[in-house]
Amino acid sequence: MDKKHKSISYAKWGYIFIIPFLIVFITCQLIPLFNTFYNSFFENYRDGLAQIGPNFVGFDNYIKLFTPNKSGSINIVNYACNTMIMWIIGAIPQLVFSLLLAVIFTSARLNIKGQTFFKTVIYMPNLVMASAFSMLFFTLFSNVGPINQIILAMTNNTFEFFRNPVSTRCIIAFINFLMWFGNTTILLMAGIMGIDQSLFEAASIDGATSGQVFFKITLPLLMPILLYVAITSLIGGLQMFDVPQIITAGSGSPNNSCMTLIMYLNRLIGSGSKNYGMGGAVSVVIFILTGALSMIVFKTMVTRDDKPKKKAKKVKEAVKNG
Amino acid sequence: MANPNVAKYKEESKSYRAQQMVTRVLAYIFLVFVTFLSLFSFYLLIINGSRSNAELQAGFTLIPSTHFGDNFITAITDNALFSLPRGLWNSFFIAASSAILTTYFSAMTAYGIHVYDFKGKKFIFTFILAVMMIPTQVSAAGFIQLVNQVHLNDTYWPLIIPAIAAPAIFFYMKQYIESSMPLEVIEAARVDGSNEFRTFNAIAVPMLKPAFAVQLIFGFVASWNNFFTPALVIDSSDNWTLPIMMSILRSKLNSQNGDLGEVYMMILLSIIPVVIVYLFLSKFIVKGVALGAVKG
Repeated sequence: MDKKHKSISYAKWGYIFIIPFLIVFITCQLIPLFNTFYNSFFENYRDGLAQIGPNFVGFDNYIKLFTPNKSGSINIVNYACNTMIMWIIGAIPQLVFSLLLAVIFTSARLNIKGQTFFKTVIYMPNLVMASAFSMLFFTLFSNVGPINQIILAMTNNTFEFFRNPVSTRCIIAFINFLMWFGNTTILLMAGIMGIDQSLFEAASIDGATSGQVFFKITLPLLMPILLYVAITSLIGGLQMFDVPQIITAGSGSPNNSCMTLIMYLNRLIGSGSKNYGMGGAVSVVIFILTGALSMIVFKTMVTRDDKPKKKAKKVKEAVKNG
Repeated sequence: MANPNVAKYKEESKSYRAQQMVTRVLAYIFLVFVTFLSLFSFYLLIINGSRSNAELQAGFTLIPSTHFGDNFITAITDNALFSLPRGLWNSFFIAASSAILTTYFSAMTAYGIHVYDFKGKKFIFTFILAVMMIPTQVSAAGFIQLVNQVHLNDTYWPLIIPAIAAPAIFFYMKQYIESSMPLEVIEAARVDGSNEFRTFNAIAVPMLKPAFAVQLIFGFVASWNNFFTPALVIDSSDNWTLPIMMSILRSKLNSQNGDLGEVYMMILLSIIPVVIVYLFLSKFIVKGVALGAVKG
């Protein structure tokens, strides 16, 4: 009786402790989220000084969003492709470098000295202001920047990096890669250290080479963490904004080849047009993409995950049997 | 009979050791390369920040020049577009306030969920985890409308208040509390007559110091570097934060070539505060990232 009374009186405190979080979450994120969705069904924007709407237009904003433009391509699809292309160019070296570094750092055989130093250095770019970092790369690669001064000295010509879609995309992807591979390395290291160390010992007693250990033990058992890293990187990639926005001065140039989804959203709801109708529709598309892509990656990784696990078991058994 | 086997074994172990030696050397070469990759851009930034505009236009060098002080003075002097010290202060004020709010309230929420039993607790916890992955940009349109409706546009508030509800930091705190705070301590405080709120502030918070340190830094850095929301909320140049100033600087370079030495110095000044803090606290930070990884 007494105990029951006690737990009831303390429950009140549970609510008191979480109420600030909930209130702010509901007003600053949940209601705006619903409002964003709701607004996507209205015509609501500013044309010069005149305010148009809000008028209910049903799915018109979505239809407009997916209507091909004069040149026959659909803007939002292009922007989504740009975002994905730049993400992939950056994510592949990021995963390869991180995996390699994580294996090097955790390898008992290699026993790398100065780990703290290396980890500190490779993680540093992650904390640096993306917009300032991009500004730096813009000045380095600009027509009067040091890179072009070297090219000029060697070839008597300058290369206009930011007039070429491929080089602009690669520079943006490179900045993202540089900023994120340290973070990924640390996540993967935590994953590798979570693997049962006796497996590595057994493999080394059996004389397995580093390559065998990596492909037969580390990689299969690391799959869940790799999955997590890939998903978060993908979701982060979809939100790509700071770097291309600064590099291209918000224009997505050359030829809109570096315009990302969030840059498009920013352009729509920014102080110029305040187009909350179209902006809402773009937000919904990003929301669905984020959800769908995480599901796809999750599913493919999970089904692939089953086999290596069995393989790892086989390896384990094989190791046990000598 | 044993002899040839031993010889063979020795031979094998020799080649094995040689192979291992090669792997080690390759590993170190790779590490040096990666270190170079991470540091080179910062090195160029410092070098270029020390060179005058004329020198920068003249050609490329890896040797620092003598105009560091001059560039510093021009950079912090108000120019036609904005005042960098003003931007440093705006960014600092917003980042420090949101870091404190986000850490304290996330810890408070995590503590509330961990320590007390109440109706709907499980639902709230699952809900927070579910929304953790939704990017904040998705609700930006609605958020900006709300900000305009309550006339808080062009103020710091819309950049500070939302920090109270940060699902990711809440989750980190929840994990930390679970692993490091025995409920007996809270029980003991109760027996001693401490009220619940005081127990949290005087007993739980000091126990969470390491988690607080990590999240204060992350909260600060996230807000300091944030570009998307401030760009939508802040209009007047007096309230601009550093990332907005970077974008202004960038559009200015689009049309004309300004003093490049000044530009490099401004970039350096925007980056340097976080780098200095990082170099002092890197151990905690790197550990903190790894700790957050456990959830994977």
